[in-house]
Amino acid sequence: MTNVRNLLPYWLTAPGILVMLAFVALPLVLTLSLSMYPFLPGGGVGDGLTLANYADIAWDDYFHAIFARTFGMAFLVTAICIVIGVPEAYVLSRLSSRWRAVSMVIVLGPLLISVVVRTLGWAVLLGNEGVINKILLSIGVVSEPIKMMYTFTGVVVALVHVLVPFMVLAVWTSLQKLDRATEQAAASLGASLPTVLRRIVFPQVIPGVLSGGLIVFALAASAFATPAIIGGRRLKVVPTTIYDEFLGNLNWPLGAALAVVLVIIVLAVSLGMNRLIERQYKQVFS
Amino acid sequence: MNRTPIPLLVFHWIFAIFMLAPLTMVVLVSFTDKGYISMPFDGASLRWYLAILDEPDFIAAFWRSVGLAAAAATLATILAVPAGMAIAWNRFAGREAMLGLLLSPLMVPHIVLGIALLRFLTQMGGASTMWGLTAAHTVIVLPYVLRLVVAAATGFDRSVAQAAQSLGASAWTVFRRIELPLIIPGVAGGWMIAFINSFDELTMSVFVASASTETLPVKMYHHIANTIDPLLASVSSVLILLTLILMLVLDRFYGLDRVLGGK
Repeated sequence: MTNVRNLLPYWLTAPGILVMLAFVALPLVLTLSLSMYPFLPGGGVGDGLTLANYADIAWDDYFHAIFARTFGMAFLVTAICIVIGVPEAYVLSRLSSRWRAVSMVIVLGPLLISVVVRTLGWAVLLGNEGVINKILLSIGVVSEPIKMMYTFTGVVVALVHVLVPFMVLAVWTSLQKLDRATEQAAASLGASLPTVLRRIVFPQVIPGVLSGGLIVFALAASAFATPAIIGGRRLKVVPTTIYDEFLGNLNWPLGAALAVVLVIIVLAVSLGMNRLIERQYKQVFS
Repeated sequence: MNRTPIPLLVFHWIFAIFMLAPLTMVVLVSFTDKGYISMPFDGASLRWYLAILDEPDFIAAFWRSVGLAAAAATLATILAVPAGMAIAWNRFAGREAMLGLLLSPLMVPHIVLGIALLRFLTQMGGASTMWGLTAAHTVIVLPYVLRLVVAAATGFDRSVAQAAQSLGASAWTVFRRIELPLIIPGVAGGWMIAFINSFDELTMSVFVASASTETLPVKMYHHIANTIDPLLASVSSVLILLTLILMLVLDRFYGLDRVLGGK
């Protein structure tokens, strides 16, 4: 092996690495520093480093409520995605190959459709004049429309729809590595299907549930379009608040500080969950 | 294996209805003949599809998004193919770190990338320019191409390339005649998934795009913020149809689970 040959991998990766450093790493470092500059009324960024933006977030009840809502929403969405996504992935694995192909397009296809389009669909369904309320009113279940747009529930339902394909995909990948003979062995020894699922299948797909859960949680906590359209101006979450600070109030340092805090909490929760689950189910991960 | 129990199948169909309901609604509403969001059952028309033709802003945004997605996917592919081959076929110091850096846009929330790039491009004089937007889209779609290139290159028999080399082929010839043709399915799949992701991207673009560089999702988002009318439904239906065609192509050649999971 000559020296030139040894350096080749570096030359081949260098262009991509340089682009990532310039357009991802550097801007992120600049954002971290931006969050420590004072804000000048009127949209300017002052001189001298300060932690005032972080203090604003730490001591203001307004921001506490927004963070609590964001992470409450993210946890709830993740929990629902696990509850419905895991069984769906299992059903997919049992379908005949023809039905599986159709079902895959139905379940995973929406990932390829713009989130604006998918959220618009929920706006059509959930509005006071929307389809769900029209049906409920016409069959007389309710006497006046149920408010679903601009509510926490509405955002959660729409976010579950947007994010559940990631959970199905992660668990599905995990299920494919599963040895079908273990299921058959358990069944032949007299275990009922619920027992097989609980004792044999579920423990083996825990890594898939974990990775799907982490993806869904991170995406739910940082989702912008769905909370902005279904939640509206009043039901604020951290991403829509960052948007308002940047493009409405022009308070870029505060917006940057909100983004830094958001990323830190998402990372901390993800690492914590990872540790916890890995310890609980050591034998599956080894 | 015995048949899937009925309760599981019932669950499966409810799940499928849940997944399809909002998209079906959008398509249905687009055929209304009313001036507001309503079902087409008491009067259907194509008026909202014809209305798209009177919206030069939407049409311009559509073509801008197509051009941007094609440019970003192509640039990302040019960067990801050599990097992916190097990473799949070599063990070198810093390999894991480089792979991590190249995949990092998948880990950083788009809202954070959006503000970071807005600040950065403003300082560079690239805010509200097409090149700034193209660079931003290139970095966010690069991981999708890279994953598929690495997957394609990993499952490839290196002895073919070594045979060509031992017969006197130059490194460039080996790449052009042996390596590239073998990984081309992964490259093409990666390009398509990159195109779709760039075309659909909203959260980052809402910060980086200005009025003169508005992409279609950004245009639609700003429209929704003002009013939700059947025009949005007809534009969305066109997008659903186009995506469906691409989806069937992708599923046919790769399987959606492989393309989306990067396996």
